Formats: sequence, C-alpha cells, structure tokens
Amino acid sequence: MTAPETVPAAGTDWPPLVSLRQVTRTVRIVDLEELHVLRGIDLDIHPTDSLSIVGRSGSGKSTLLNLLGLLDLPTEGTLSFRGMDVRALGGDARARLRGGAIGFIFQQFNLLPGRTALENVMTPLLYAEGRQFWKREKLASAMLDRVGLGDRMREFPSNLSGGEQQRVAIARALVRTPELILADEPTGALDIETGAIVMELLDEVAAETGAALVTITHDANVAVRARTHYRLDAGVLRPEAAAA
Amino acid sequence: MTALIGAVIEAFSELRIHKTRVLLALLGVMLSVAALTSVVALGNMASAGMVQTSERMGGRAATLGVSTPSAGSDQAAVVAAYAEVVDRYSIEYSSLRVDTFLGIRTPAGRIDAMGLLIEPDYGTMRRMNVVDGRWFTDGDTERLAPVMIVNEAFHTLMGSPDITTDPGVELLGERDVKAVIVGILADDYSGAQPQAYLLKDQTDRWELAGVQGAPPTLEAWVPAGLADELTARITADLKAQFGPDVSVYRQDYAAQGDPYGGLTLVIGGVAGLVLLLGAVGLLNISMVTVKYRVREIGIRRSFGATSGRIFFGVMMESVVATSVAGVAGVMLAVAVVSHPRVQPMLAAGATDLPPFPIGAALLGVGSAIAVGALAGLIPALVAVRVKVIDAIRY
Repeated sequence: MTAPETVPAAGTDWPPLVSLRQVTRTVRIVDLEELHVLRGIDLDIHPTDSLSIVGRSGSGKSTLLNLLGLLDLPTEGTLSFRGMDVRALGGDARARLRGGAIGFIFQQFNLLPGRTALENVMTPLLYAEGRQFWKREKLASAMLDRVGLGDRMREFPSNLSGGEQQRVAIARALVRTPELILADEPTGALDIETGAIVMELLDEVAAETGAALVTITHDANVAVRARTHYRLDAGVLRPEAAAA
Repeated sequence: MTALIGAVIEAFSELRIHKTRVLLALLGVMLSVAALTSVVALGNMASAGMVQTSERMGGRAATLGVSTPSAGSDQAAVVAAYAEVVDRYSIEYSSLRVDTFLGIRTPAGRIDAMGLLIEPDYGTMRRMNVVDGRWFTDGDTERLAPVMIVNEAFHTLMGSPDITTDPGVELLGERDVKAVIVGILADDYSGAQPQAYLLKDQTDRWELAGVQGAPPTLEAWVPAGLADELTARITADLKAQFGPDVSVYRQDYAAQGDPYGGLTLVIGGVAGLVLLLGAVGLLNISMVTVKYRVREIGIRRSFGATSGRIFFGVMMESVVATSVAGVAGVMLAVAVVSHPRVQPMLAAGATDLPPFPIGAALLGVGSAIAVGALAGLIPALVAVRVKVIDAIRY
C-alpha cells in the first residue's frame, strides 16, 4: 500500500528509501499456533517523508517499527532499503546499515544511565568510521547545541527533566545524520505541552537534515503533525486522509 | 581500526560507569589471584628452603661421594688419587672430608667434639649457613695457625665469645694447638651437638686428625647430566688402584628423582582450586551484569553495534578488568610473601632466601587474563544472543 494520492509525500519523485511489499510478520506462540502480527503491508517511505502511524495496543505498530528499523525481518514479502533486499543482508551488514542510516527515538528515552548527555549523544558515533568517529565529541556537542541543551551537556540523565531527556534522545538519534528517523511514541512519557515542544523540535531537525520521519503514536495531536497518515488495525495498514 | 579503538573506549567507559560492581568483581579476582600467586610463591620458596636444607645434608645435585675403605691407612695415596680424579675430570668444586673427634679444652674441662676436616669448596657445595663471621677462604689454608668454624652449640659451649675478637680454642692432640674461630654456623636442628670444621691441610700440618686412621672421602659436585658417566669412570679408575672395595655414589637429595615433585603437584592442585573459585565468582557476577545490561545492549544494537562488536566489548571489559585485578593481586602477593615476618617461616633453614618467583607472578597475571577471557566468554555469548526488540523493551 503506497502513500495516499490525496496526501502526496514530499519526495515521491525519488526512489523510495524503504519499501515494503506484501510484508507479513508471523510469530509462533504456545502450542505452535501462529499469530499474524502484520498482514500484507505495502508501504514506501521516501526521503524527507513525514509519516504517522496510529493504532491501538497490539495492532502491530512496534513490529512494523522493528521491520523498518532493520531490527527484524518479515516472515513473507519483500523489505528493501535503498533498493537492497534486506533479507539478503547478514546481521552485521544490517547493523552497519542501521547505524549509519536510521535513528531511533524511544518512548522511554532509553538514555544510557551513568553517562552524561554528551556521552549519550557520542555513543552512536563510536560505531561510525572516519570523521564521524574521530570528531565525535565536536559533532555531539553541536547536535546538543542544536536541540537547546548546549548548557546541559555534562548533566547525567537523572538530573534532566523528561523533555530534556527526550531532546538528548533526539540529538542522539540524529547525530549520525540518518536518512530515516523512527520515533516510537516519542511523547508518550511527556506532558502535552512538553510533548508539543519536543515534536516541533523533531520536525525541525528532521527537516533540516532531510531525513524521513516515521512517528508511531497513540496521540492524535502528534499524528496530525505528519504529512502522511496511516492507521494500523489488527496488522493491516491503511492510509488515512487526516489524523483521527 | 576505529572499531578496535571504539571497543576499548566502550570497555573503559563501562568500567568507569559500573565502578562499584567492577570493584566488587575485581576484589574477588584480585584476592583469588593474590591467593593463587601466594600459594605458588610460598610453595616454591618453601620448596627452595627444603632443597637448601637437603643440600646442606647431602650436597647439591649432583654430588658424588667417593670412598676407598680398602686403601687402609695409606692416606697419602688416597689423597693423591682423589686429586688426580678431580684434575682429570675438571671437577670445579670438590672437597676432601674426614669425620673425626677433636679434643677441646672448654671452660668446663675437656670434651671430644665432632669435627669435620674439609676444604674451602665444602661451604659452597653444602650451602653452609654462616650466621656470624665467615666461611673458609683459600688463603686460610696458608695460615700458620689453624682457623675453625663452629656451630652455635659449640659457640655456646665456649661461652659465646665475640667473633670479632678472634676467640681462640685450644685443640688437644699430640701437641696442643690454639685455633681461631672465624665463623659460626647455624645449628641444623634444635639441641644439635657441638661441631667444629677445620681445613684438612691445616689439621694435617698440626697432626690434629687421622688418629682413627680412617682415610678421607671425597665429595665432588658435578653436572647432574654427567653424574652417571663420572660415577662409572671414577669407580673404574679407583678400582684399578685400590681394588674392588671402592664406592662412588650420588649422595644428593635428587639422586632418586625430585622428592618435591609431589609437593609441587599438591601446590598446583590447591592453586588451581583457588583460581577456579575466583573464576566461578567472576562468572557469576558477569552473568548477573549481562542480565542487568540487556536493555543497554539492545540500545547499542539499535545504534548499529554489530554482534561481533557487542561480543568483543563484553569480553574486553572482562579482560581489561581482570588484568588490572591480576596485577593488583600479584602486588598484594609479593607484599605478603616478601614480608620480613613471613619469609623466615616459609623458607626455614634456607641460607640463600629465594627471591619471589617470577614464574608465580607471571602465572598470577596470566591466570587473571585467562579467567577474564573465560568469565567474559559466556556473558558475551549471552549478550550476542540478546533479541534487540525484546532488549529495548526490557
């Protein structure tokens, strides 16, 4: 299922960054019964796209996010990234591709405890090569500056507010200038006002870097910020003209 | 290159952040390594002490004892034959030896003390433990007045005179001679009998010995690898001269193989057990740590950490930590084993106190690294098998 014609994505003239064709994800549960978490997913994500995916708990949102993030493989169907069939890539190749091209933002921030904001943002750069590796402190500092935490770099996560922690997580996700940002309930642990500020920042930074942004959320206010909207229901992805 | 540097940075970062846990784990490893190193070092040093005691009793490996009972009272012929043997086979250390009794005038009257008439090499060959004064030198042979070295029991019997005052002892024989005590030897055991050592050349000159008519024996310190061959050759040479009643045999402690092999085995067993306990403790802590860090590992995987990088990182942490602990443990062991109160206990009877064995130190550090690698292996395998999706939600 491609992006709805009524809401054209910004980069549809370009080849898709991520493409899913008839993707199914099945898990085997107790007594060998199969559970179809995702069914026949068709989706193209182009550079600079802004997508939201809403759905109830258990609808398969996180499973879809894991597939998009190359953390999981489809049971059936085709998943390609930059035109490459992801199934043909080994685990390490997928890890390297993920590290260089995809940035994750989690609901619970998932900052590494015991490390300062700066160290957290530097962590992904430890898996980079060349300039990104050697200039990691400079790059991380610049990204923290960009998210407005230039004066909080040496603080530990435990000393930061929820909004600040999520801004650190955004800086960490974007520090390797990924082509795809996957945000899993990015405002789920924040109050409405802080969530709005964080989403505004995320939209801005994604737009600046030209990254595609996929947001999975329960929150209609967050979903409405995207240019393209989807609803996931019982493992089936459907386009929506506007957020609920 | 960047992957290796990155992994090392990660490892140090983990050690810094989890310093309390790391310190606890390292304390266990450090104590295990210290115990292992101490046990091995103490064992080696105690063994060296026992070897030295054995060497004092029967000579170093290999010491040949040569006697010719059939030579009768023709001492000159025996001494000449022994000299020829020493010369022919280029034996570096050798000494004639006569066991006798010496008439001594003491403050309490005359006594007959055990006397050993020997040559200067005897001190090196038997590791004689001079506690005061000195051992014989070649120059002593030329001195006109006899010099003697006595054990502590003899020294006490003489009223414990100050050795620096050249105390004299009157030797009673065909003609009385005053000998000077130049050194005091430690008693071999508590309650030892008074014993004196004199140079054979001087006693011959003063006709102090030989009254019993026993011919001297020869002790020769030879390379262990040549002992059997030299035994056969010397036996043949002397039999040709003195008849069949010639005895040449190894008299050192190692003549029947290393008697301390069993001790070494026991020490090795205890050391291995100590190390095993340390390794199990570390493995336990490492496993708990990995369980605790499942989420973090998942987050790192989401940043692009490969499974190899995760494996290497967990292993590296363990090895870096145990290496540091190993060095600390060895230092602790050196401090304990080298303590002035400990050394005399473990190497009782040793004349040359053996230094801390380098082998034990290397074994300690090497074992620590090996334990780190082994204890890191299982957690590293667990870490690699972590499912990223589940880990992030952990």
